[in-house]
Amino acid sequence: MSNPSEAEQGLTRRSESIASFDHQMTLLSRVQHALHSNPALVPLIVLVFSVIVFGALLGTKFFSSFAMTLILQQVAIVGIVGAAQSLVILTAGIDLSVGAIMVLSSVIMGQFTFRLGMPPAVAIACGLVVGTFIGFVNGWLIARVKLPPFIVTLGIWQIALATNFLYSGNETIRAQEIETQAPLLQFFGKSFTLGGAVFTYGVIFFIVLVLVLAYVLRHTAWGRHVYAVGDDPDAAALSGVNTKRILISVYMLSGLICAFAGWVLIGRIGSVSPTSGQSANIESITAVVIGGISLFGGRGSIMGMFFGALIVGVFSLGLRLMGADAQWTYLLIGALIIAAVAIDQWIRKVSA
Amino acid sequence: MKKLLLGTALCLAAMTPAAMAQDVSACLITKADTNPFFVKMKEGAEAKAAELGVTLKSYAGKIDGDHETQVAAIETCIADGAKGILITASDTSAIVQSVQQARDAGLVVIALDTPLTPIDAADATFATDNFLAGELIGKWAAAKMGAEAANAKIAMLDLAVSQPSVDVLRDQGFLTGFGIDVADPNKWGDETDPRIVGHDVTAGNEEGGRKAMENLLAKDPMINLVYTINEPSAAGAYEALKSIGRENDVTIVSVDGGCPGVANVKDGVIGATSQQYPLQMAALGVEAIKAWADSGAKPEPTPGKDFFDTGVKLVTDTPADGVESIDSAEGTNLCWG
Repeated sequence: MSNPSEAEQGLTRRSESIASFDHQMTLLSRVQHALHSNPALVPLIVLVFSVIVFGALLGTKFFSSFAMTLILQQVAIVGIVGAAQSLVILTAGIDLSVGAIMVLSSVIMGQFTFRLGMPPAVAIACGLVVGTFIGFVNGWLIARVKLPPFIVTLGIWQIALATNFLYSGNETIRAQEIETQAPLLQFFGKSFTLGGAVFTYGVIFFIVLVLVLAYVLRHTAWGRHVYAVGDDPDAAALSGVNTKRILISVYMLSGLICAFAGWVLIGRIGSVSPTSGQSANIESITAVVIGGISLFGGRGSIMGMFFGALIVGVFSLGLRLMGADAQWTYLLIGALIIAAVAIDQWIRKVSA
Repeated sequence: MKKLLLGTALCLAAMTPAAMAQDVSACLITKADTNPFFVKMKEGAEAKAAELGVTLKSYAGKIDGDHETQVAAIETCIADGAKGILITASDTSAIVQSVQQARDAGLVVIALDTPLTPIDAADATFATDNFLAGELIGKWAAAKMGAEAANAKIAMLDLAVSQPSVDVLRDQGFLTGFGIDVADPNKWGDETDPRIVGHDVTAGNEEGGRKAMENLLAKDPMINLVYTINEPSAAGAYEALKSIGRENDVTIVSVDGGCPGVANVKDGVIGATSQQYPLQMAALGVEAIKAWADSGAKPEPTPGKDFFDTGVKLVTDTPADGVESIDSAEGTNLCWG
């Protein structure tokens, strides 16, 4: 037995490398990887690109600080509601009731002030509480009663909207009355100028809200739990996440944000009008989808929604300035939605 | 339980004689319960029905544009044995087939506010002359601007991309009244007059009015005359003008005559508005159904028009020469909503 055994020979000739996959680092796969790790990148690129194209076509009329901030003002409400929608969609849910919660909250703020004679600050607080409560009902039915989010929010949408019309008697409270008797209701409509740019408080609220939510989602336990619940609720539950509580808190926060959107809405249109905000649910979902947040949950970033909302704003204003029929806006937004989901699917391949 | 049943039976028994006496029943189908215009229309119809002893059942779409619910309402009315239907159609072309079904079943169908396409698809139309409503504010604006009218920069805030008939009629009436060639009178947006800065759509509410106004101001910040399809969109447009500090040097005109709108005329937000009378439309409609049930007589249109004109008045506090108008105080007495 002087010869080294075959086993030993095998050992000395063994490969030192460990198991690995073949990485073909082509340019395309690098791009794919970059996009995968930064979900807000695609909408940002589309946004910058569309601003450049419209700027080139329209010149200073479009490429001015006035027009740029006008776009922000126009998308602020959809964007705020979109932030609420993003949270819900990250949990693999959907909230169809966002617009209805918004308009009901604004009507409560107005009617409590003018019909019940409450101080505006109290009426606003009531509006915020009602919005949060409707969100709680959504969350409770989804997490505890285990009904599908689509069904629950479809129902709550109609209930909230009907309540809005029944309670308000379809009456509009005029801007002039609010201005003289309860200017606090129009707080978010106030503006200041910075150079040629006009910022309303509503726009500032929108931007701050997005930044805060982006931080919270990325750097707090609650935020990571929201992603975990959306990605795989069973795994999240096994690893100790109280998924029910997370879900309920997400829908409550969504309701609260929508109620704030209602307050911002009063600032924007001056009056309290029960007919506003009818399409906010669809518009917010549009912003979320174009912003690259996956409807299947757990993937995407709120910054993406921010850019998504802005893309819609840029297209709308740009096309209108070019004199295009309003139908073209819808057509292009529709194409954008499909393109966004297609790109999302393509990026996902990198992780498969 | 027995008590409840007995009570119900007693109630039914008590109701039967009344129901027997009111053997004329009518239906009112509006676009949506979400608009004070239709709320007022319903009130007018209910009051007149109670007066004439007509049983009135009201239906409404869930939202403006909800065509399916209106079709279902027509079918319900036919099945219910109603004598006639008053309808404000959401889709003036698509509803025609269902209306024909009702007429074949022996019901009289009266279009309220919005003419069907074609207009003779209904037995009669009781409506505001929307073209005239537009023409009045157009004439008023032209008279108020005087020689400056030649340099006007006009924003047109319309209702919807689908261009419903009331939208087209008011828009084209305004341009005609102002003295602008409307090209094809059956559609808006094909005019070539350089005084028109652009058209945009508002969905008839404040939010849409503000956004549309902002879009057109971005196109030309020196707009000095704004046509709006209705008063909520005018209120939204005013907010947009206010945000750039131009609310005092732009004239806004509108159509409707709702109470918040007339109050806005008083406050100087809206320069002039054409007031329509929904209560009147509905009350006359119920009378017509009663007459049809009693004698088989169908309502006649206003001479020279293909519909029954329920009237329109211009409301303004700055009357212009050559345009008849009432002031906001009188407008407040006649307003709805």
